[in-house]
Amino acid sequence: MWEILFSTHHTDVGLLYIVLSLVALMIGGALAVAIRTELFLPGSQGIIPDPNTFHRIMTTHGTNMLFLWLLPFASGVGNYLIPIMIRYKDMAWPKLNAVAFWMTPVGMALVWLGMADFTWYATPPYSILRAPGPAAEMWIFGIKILGIGSILGAINFIVTILKMKHPDLPLMKTSLFVWATLVTSIMILVAIPTFAAALIMLFTDRLGVTGFFNPSMGGDPIAYQHLFWFTFHPEVYIFAIPAIGMMYELIPKFSRKPIFSYQSGVTAFVVLAIVAFSSWAHHMYATGMNFTEKTVFMVGTLAAVPASAMHVFNFIATMWGGRIKFATPMSFVVGGVVLFFYAGAGGVVNAQMPLDFLTHDSYWVVGHFHLFVMGLISFGFIGMLHYLFPLITGRMYSEKAGMITFWLLFVGVSVIFLTQHVLGLYGQPRRVFDYIPVQPLIVMNQISTVGAWIAAAGAALLMGNLIYSAGRGKPADMNDPFKIGEVYYDHTRKEPHH
Amino acid sequence: MGHATIEWVYVGVVIALLIYLGASAWEVERFLDHPPKEAKVVKVIGQQWFWTFEHEDGKKELGELHLVKGVPYVFEITSRDVNHSFNIPDLTVLMDAVPGRINHMWVMPDTAGEYLIQCREYCGFSHYQMRAKLFVEESIPVSGENTAVDVPVSLQEAKPVIASN
Repeated sequence: MWEILFSTHHTDVGLLYIVLSLVALMIGGALAVAIRTELFLPGSQGIIPDPNTFHRIMTTHGTNMLFLWLLPFASGVGNYLIPIMIRYKDMAWPKLNAVAFWMTPVGMALVWLGMADFTWYATPPYSILRAPGPAAEMWIFGIKILGIGSILGAINFIVTILKMKHPDLPLMKTSLFVWATLVTSIMILVAIPTFAAALIMLFTDRLGVTGFFNPSMGGDPIAYQHLFWFTFHPEVYIFAIPAIGMMYELIPKFSRKPIFSYQSGVTAFVVLAIVAFSSWAHHMYATGMNFTEKTVFMVGTLAAVPASAMHVFNFIATMWGGRIKFATPMSFVVGGVVLFFYAGAGGVVNAQMPLDFLTHDSYWVVGHFHLFVMGLISFGFIGMLHYLFPLITGRMYSEKAGMITFWLLFVGVSVIFLTQHVLGLYGQPRRVFDYIPVQPLIVMNQISTVGAWIAAAGAALLMGNLIYSAGRGKPADMNDPFKIGEVYYDHTRKEPHH
Repeated sequence: MGHATIEWVYVGVVIALLIYLGASAWEVERFLDHPPKEAKVVKVIGQQWFWTFEHEDGKKELGELHLVKGVPYVFEITSRDVNHSFNIPDLTVLMDAVPGRINHMWVMPDTAGEYLIQCREYCGFSHYQMRAKLFVEESIPVSGENTAVDVPVSLQEAKPVIASN
C-alpha cells in the first residue's frame, strides 16, 4: 500500500490514477442518480431538498465526471501502457509524473468540499456577482490545480513518446493508442492555458478588483464564453481521442485481424486535433452572434465529422470478416461505437444553425453530450479497464458478471439519453430542479430515471466484480488471458518498485 | 477495390452529405436572420426570475405577453442582472438575454393560443420556474369600431402549454 502511494514507477502511478478515477465515477454516478430520482415526478421528492442543493449537486456531478473520471482514467491507462508500447523502462520524468498525479486529489478535495453552484460552465455574470463563496473560489482553484496537473502530465507523455521511444521502433509502427496519447497531450498544451487565464480573470472579477466579464464595469460576459469554449470544445476531443485509441487497441485483438488502415487512423487523429480548435463557438449561436460568425462555426463543426466517420469506418472494416470474440472488453467497445454513432448524428443536428435554436440548452443537449461522455468515452474506458485487469491484478474478473454489467450499462445509457433527446424537443430546459406537470414530460422523465437506475445497477455490479475479483478471482494466464491467441502486455514490468 | 479507394469513396459520400446539410442550413438561417422591415419591436427584459415586456406604444407587461396573429415582431432582448435565455419552445424562439447587450430575434406567430415562455439559461435559484405566458390573439378588423385589443383568447380553446406540436 505505502509502497504504491510513494512510488514513482509508471505502473504504480497508473494504478493510482485508475483507482482515483473509479472512485470519482462512483461518487459522480451517485449524484447523477440522486438528480434523476428527484426528477422522477414533478414537484419536490425530498431526495434533494431545495434548488440550491440541486444546483450544487449538478455542478459537482459535471465537474467531477469530466475532470476526475475521464481525464485521470486516460492518464492512468497512458501511464500503464505508453512505456510498454514504446519500450522504455518508465516515463521520461517519473517524479514529475507522481507530482502530476498528486495534484489531482488536491483539486478533487477542493471541488468536492466546495460544491459550487454555478454549473461547470461557471458563466459570468452569475459566477462573479451571485454565486456564493467560498464554494466558487474553491472550484476555481480546484480546476486550476487539476489543469496544472494535466499540463505536467501532457508534457511528460510528449517527451516520453518522442524522446524515449526505442530507436528501432519508428513512430508509424507504434500502437494507435500511442498516437492517441501524443495527439491528446499536444491538444492539452494548446487548449488548457486559455481557460487557465480565464480562471484568474474570473477570480479577480469576483474580488471586485477587475471587471473583465462584469458588464457594470464595462466588461463583456460573452468574452468569457469564448475563452471557456476555446478550451472546452477541444477538451471533448481530449476526452474522446484516448477512448478511440483504446478501441483501436482492442478491436483488432478481439477480431483477430490487423487494423484495416493504420494510416487513416493516424490521419483522422491529427485532423480531429486540428479541426477541434475551429468549432468552439458552435456552443454560442444563441448569444447573439451574427450570421457570418454562425456560418463560420457551423462549417468548422461539420469539418470534424469526416474524421470521426473515418474512425467508425475503420472500426467496422477491421471487424468485417474477423473471428470476433465478444468478451467483455470487446462488447464495451462495440457498444461504445453504437452510442458514438447516435451521439454523432445528434451532433450534426445541433451544428445546423436553425436547428440549434430548437435543441440548444434543452434536454436534447444533455442527452447528446452524455452519449459521448458516457457512451463512446466511458464505454471505451471500461472496456480497456477489463482488458487491463489481468495485467493490474494478475487475476481474471468474472466474465459472466462482466457481460451482465455491459448489458445493464448499454440498455441503461440508451434509455436515459435517447429519451432525453425527446424531452428536449418537447422544450424541457436543462439544469432544472423541477418541470411543468404535463404529460409527455412526466412519462419521459420517468423513463429516463428508470434508465438511470438500470445503469446504476450496472455500475454497482462493475465495482463489485472488479473488487471481488482483485482479491479472489482466478489467477490469469498472463500470456493470453483472454484466449484470443494475441500477445498480451509484458506483465514483468510491474516488478521493480523505485 | 483497394483499401484506399473504399475509404475515399466513403469519405467523399460523407462530405457530400455534409455540404448538402450545411448549404440548406445556411439557406434557412439567412432567411431567419433578417427580420422584415415592418416588424413591430417588443423589448424583452429578463431578471432574476421574471420577464418584463415593453411594446412599441410604451405599454408594459409583466409575466404575460400579448401578440397579434400574423404580425411580425422583433424582440430586443436584454437582461438586468445575469444571463438568461428568452425561449418560446413552441415557436422556436430562443435568444440569450445578456446584460449590457441587446440581442435580436424575430417571429411571426401564425396560430392563436396560449404558449409558454421560459428561461433556458441557468440563472440561479429559481431558474426552473422563471416562466411567463404568451397570448397570441386573432387579428383585429382594421375598419371596425371594436378595439378589444387586450381580450385574450379563451383558455378553453388554447392548446396545452407544451404539447401543442
